Amino acid sequence: MLNCKQTSLLVSQSLDRRLTWRERMAVRIHLWICVYCRRFTQQLKLIRQQMSRWQQQEITRTDITLPQVARDRITKRLDTEA
Amino acid sequence: MKTNPHDWLNEHGDYLYRFALARLRDQHQAEDVVQETLLAAIKNPNFSEQSSARTWLTGILKHKIIDCMRKQVRETPASQLMIDEDANMDEFFDETGHWAEKPQAWDVPQDALQQKQFLKILQQCMDRLPQKLAAIFAMRDVDEMENDEICKVLEITTTNAWVMLYRARMGLRKCLEMHW
Repeated sequence: MLNCKQTSLLVSQSLDRRLTWRERMAVRIHLWICVYCRRFTQQLKLIRQQMSRWQQQEITRTDITLPQVARDRITKRLDTEA
Repeated sequence: MKTNPHDWLNEHGDYLYRFALARLRDQHQAEDVVQETLLAAIKNPNFSEQSSARTWLTGILKHKIIDCMRKQVRETPASQLMIDEDANMDEFFDETGHWAEKPQAWDVPQDALQQKQFLKILQQCMDRLPQKLAAIFAMRDVDEMENDEICKVLEITTTNAWVMLYRARMGLRKCLEMHW
């Protein structure tokens, strides 16, 4: 029988690799009886889902622009390289 | 199709910068990778006519970002990367392997305002992660890179990658629980 520590490690790994049949069964049994690890599993999934949303939000922000100093520097470099 | 690098900078500079900043979380590193991307673009300006200049530049940028992250992780002493599976998880679990602090039920963000708030906290929590954990986590959960690929670019073992991702997620989750 898995404890919460072992279960949480396998739940995290299930996002990165296919668990073995044995591991999947063991996790499923633990999740069936443990509300905390069920919450943990849901929360990891929520975090993953929100990460791509966050990325989308960040690249469309209009309040963040390439600083002028950097822009000038890059312009100079492009001139010397071109 | 414009091939003038100054047009690339004018039209896509802000976008590329935001993309890099979101990933690297460091203004100077983000500026540097944008510059490297444009320099690489001039040297090899034969992008496919089908893809837009932005898509093409973003593709180059992603590689530059990964190079930058790789450097960060490589510069971390190997001893710090070799995280033992059992080491330092004491802050999360008691000696019997039960949760030290039981995970609480979270409200799933519903409306736009809650959504925005959640993302803000998520970002603050990302920024609190050790840089190398944030880097590998971003590769996996944002770029959706395969594990083999991550291990190859970072030169770490598969087990190490799993443990680092586990630690990153545990850290993020705990931080979100405290602030969400």
